[in-house]
Order: sequence, then C-alpha cells, then structure tokens
Amino acid sequence: MRSATASAREKARQAVADATRWQTPELAFWAVAIAAIFLFPSRHLLLNEIAIVGLFALSIDLILGYAGIVSLGHAAFFGVGAYTAGLLAKAGIGEPVAGLAIAAAVAAAVGFATSFLVIRGSDLTRLMVTLSVALVFVEIANRFESITGGVDGLLGISMGPILGLFEFDFGGTTAYCYSLAVLFGMFLVARRLVRSPFGTSLRALKENRLRAGAIGIPTARRIVTIYTISASIAGVAGALLAQTTAFVSLEVLDFARSADGLLILVIGGSGYLYGGLLGAIAFALMRDALSSLTPAYWMFWMGAILVALVVVGRERVVAKFAAAVDRLRGSGS
Amino acid sequence: MNFALETKDLVMRFGGFVATNRVSLSVAPGARHALIGPNGAGKTTLVNLMAGVLTPTEGAILLDGRDITNAPVAARVGIGLARTFQINQIFATMSPLEAVSVAVSQRVGLGSSMFGRLSQMPEIVDESADILERLRLADVMDDRSDRLPYGKQRALELALALATRPKVLLLDEPAAGVPESERHEILEIVASLPREVSILLIEHDMDLVFSFAETITVLVQGAIFLEGSAQDIAADRRVREVYLGEAIDG
Repeated sequence: MRSATASAREKARQAVADATRWQTPELAFWAVAIAAIFLFPSRHLLLNEIAIVGLFALSIDLILGYAGIVSLGHAAFFGVGAYTAGLLAKAGIGEPVAGLAIAAAVAAAVGFATSFLVIRGSDLTRLMVTLSVALVFVEIANRFESITGGVDGLLGISMGPILGLFEFDFGGTTAYCYSLAVLFGMFLVARRLVRSPFGTSLRALKENRLRAGAIGIPTARRIVTIYTISASIAGVAGALLAQTTAFVSLEVLDFARSADGLLILVIGGSGYLYGGLLGAIAFALMRDALSSLTPAYWMFWMGAILVALVVVGRERVVAKFAAAVDRLRGSGS
Repeated sequence: MNFALETKDLVMRFGGFVATNRVSLSVAPGARHALIGPNGAGKTTLVNLMAGVLTPTEGAILLDGRDITNAPVAARVGIGLARTFQINQIFATMSPLEAVSVAVSQRVGLGSSMFGRLSQMPEIVDESADILERLRLADVMDDRSDRLPYGKQRALELALALATRPKVLLLDEPAAGVPESERHEILEIVASLPREVSILLIEHDMDLVFSFAETITVLVQGAIFLEGSAQDIAADRRVREVYLGEAIDG
C-alpha cells in the first residue's frame, strides 16, 4: 500500500511537471515568428498587423477559451487602449512603452468596471451586453469629436523612439519587432497564468460552474479578474496599433473588429493560447490569397470557408489534413 | 454544544408550490444521518438550500452554530460544508488530477495564485494524489474525466467533495446508477470516512441507508414526517406504509 501511494504521488508530480513544459511545436512557432523578420523583409507591415490582431485574439481566448465568457464587444477595450496611446502621444508622451503601460492600465480599469455585467446571465445575454457596451464606446468616441477627432480620426500622432533607442521606420521593421516582442511578453504572461492554479480554476468554472462553486471557487470574483486582465491585454493590442500606425480612427472600436476576433478564434481554436495567433495568420493569409484571386468577392469566399469550418468542425478538418499528410509521408518513404 | 449542521423552520416556495415546509433538521457532530423519502419529497431541494444553491424563502441554516443562510456557495465550502451531486457534476475535459488539485489549491488558499506553478507546490500535488489513491482513481488520474467509466466518475464526484476537507458532507445519492459490481467500492469509501466528518446521506437504496445510518429523518411532501434511530424507523408502521412499503419485508 505504501509503495502504491508513493507511485501515485510520483505519477501526479510527473503529470504536473509535464503540463508546464515547452513543447517543440511551441518553440518552432516562435522561431518562425522571429525568422519572419529576415525571411519576409518586405512584409513587415502585414506581419505587424498580424501580431496585433493575434494579440487581440489572444485576449479574447483568455475569457472565451479559459473562462467560457463569450463577448462580441472586445473592440471596446482595444479601442480604449488605442485612443489612450494615441492621445498620450499627442499630449507629448511619445515614448511607446510608457504609453503601452498606461493604455493597459486604462483598458484594465474599463474592463473591471464592465466585468460586473458579464458575471451572470446566459451566453446570449453576454453577447448582447458586451455588444451594447462596445456600441456605447463608439458613440462616446464619436460624440467627443474635439478629443478623438470623431470620424476623421486622431491625426498628428508622432511617436518617439522605443525606450529612446529605436525609431519607427516606414517599412515597419521596428514596428514588427516591437509588436512581436510585446506579443511574446504578453503570451508568456498568459501562458503562465492559464497553467497556474488560478488558470485551472478558470477552466473548472468554464466546464461546470455549479461544481466549481461547490469546491469553493468564488466564481464571480474569478470572472471579474480574468475579464479585467483580458481587457488590459486587448488594450495593449489597441495601443500597439495606434503607435505603429500613428493613427487612430473610430474603426478601432468597430463591431467588425470584435467579430473578427471571434472568427479568428473559431479558425484557430480556443483554449490553448495559440489559436488566436494561428488564426490571425490564417485569417490574414486567406484574406490576402482570396482578395488577389477575386478582389470583389473575397468576403464571400471567406464566409464560405468559415461556414464550412464551423459546420464540419475544425477538429475534423485538422484531423483529415493530418491524416492526408501522414498518407503522403507514408507513400513518400 | 452546537450541531454540525442545523436548519430552523426552513421554507422554500416555488410560486405556489411548497417544496420545503418548515424543516428543522439537526445533524449532530460525527453523525451518520440519512435523509429518506419518496420521490418528490424535497430531498434534493433541501440539499440545495443547505449548500447555498437555493436561498430559502424563510428560516435559517446554521453550520456549527454559525448563520450561513445567506452565505454564497463558495463561502460555505470554505468553512467546511461540502456536497456531492445526484447527477455527476464533473469537469469534463479536465483530468481527475487537475480537478482535485484545483479543489485542494483553493482550500489551502492558493486557488487565486496566478503565477504559481503546481510543480512547485508538492504538498498540493501529493495530497491530490493521496485522495485519488484512496478513491481508486490513481490509475486514471491523467485521463479526461468524461471518458472515465461511470463508477469512476462517481468516485471522482466524491473525491472532489473530500478535497475540500469538509466538516459536514452532504451526499446526494452517492451510489445512484453505479452497477452492483462497483457499488461496494463507493460504499466502502463512504464507510471509511473519519468520524470528524459529519455526514448527511440522501438515499433511495434502503440497504445502503440501513447499513450506514444511525439516525434517519423521513421527509414527506417537503416536511419532516418522522425522525429517529435506524431501528425505530425500520420498525415504524407508518413509515412502512407511506414509504418503505415492501422494501424492508424481505
């Protein structure tokens, strides 16, 4: 009996140690992301955009994939971050990292304040509530034209060099390196977070809220916390966009941005952190490929692919693809 | 001396329907107390009231003398009240190890640790492993919970409640639906729980009730019909008539 207990403990410790270890595909992903700086020197602007959209999708994944909170209004926090960073730069605080930190704090505050709206209710009420919150922010930004520039956007943003060292360039090289570094930093935080006891308790409340409460997890407080963190990360993504493009318009708050974020997670899959990043890449590549094939109808094909993905199920598509790759490999060897 | 768990004139109305009718139930420290009653007697409603899933229309609930009538579910767990569910409530895609370790981390106050790692919390991992071992879940600790056989899921249900180290444990039909061959495992586990844990067992299975309980409360139509020692209840003619029927004849 004694040895049986020891082996159970050993098995448990082993399982726990394995859970946080970096897997080879993860390392490969980041290696490719860095290599892209040198591999695609003319596509840095696009890569920058992908990194930002990926970070935004990552922030949605934290609430959707881990806590099971659906949102159609995450652009609100993205927009708050973007306007904060833009206005700071206009006000003379042009150092990007400082702007990023302040944008994160402001977005977190807005996230915290609105998190109480998503504690209760069904998925449908959450979709409606988050959507409405985002719409309110669009109207606020539109109304206070003197501050936000309204429909014309926030003009005249001039960013200083990052940490006083790296100037932004027209090709977007600094921008991509900067966004990638921030994305990686945020990813590390998120990765640590979801594998912590806190993160596991989030999964528990997503899977079964009744039981999560019954083992003592304060579910409402958990939702407030992760929603605030997620809003903050979305704010950082928005700030990155404002800083690297030196422009902010009402578009940052647009409903389409929230919807795209969700679509990207549908494409990439939620609940394992890479879904948002892979989805952002796939989304950008599909848009690029489709819009060059059929410039007028690319949205149609995009929609068709998404419908197929949802109807057939991403897992099955991926499984089929993997099986096909295996077969090719098998016949090749 | 305080009762481990006590309800005072508890009333629960759903519209015009009275599901719980002035129930005053006392569970003594260390009790092996069973709550029986025909279908629709309001047993699960009473458990939900005690656990905090429902808020009573009237009356009070005391845990070790402390008023918990309006305390949220998680707060009750924090001060030693745990329950199992009649219908499995497990975390489908999580492994038993993950699930139990969440409950243990929460209990020891590390549940909100955001940057801590379980691999650096050996006490939590060891305790989780011990609980799983005790409930014969060690072999499957790394599998997905929803892919476990039903009997194992039932054991996990119990493991999650035990991981909170309860002072009072509400067991809502722990052996419900478990095949005869695996039944004794669950029963043995329940029987082996230490006396510090006061247990209120809600059960249909009369064999289990009489083998386990020392005190029995009979609930009929939301109200307490009778309460007494197991022998008294088994011998009571009225209980035979309203509820037990043939069950104790054989």
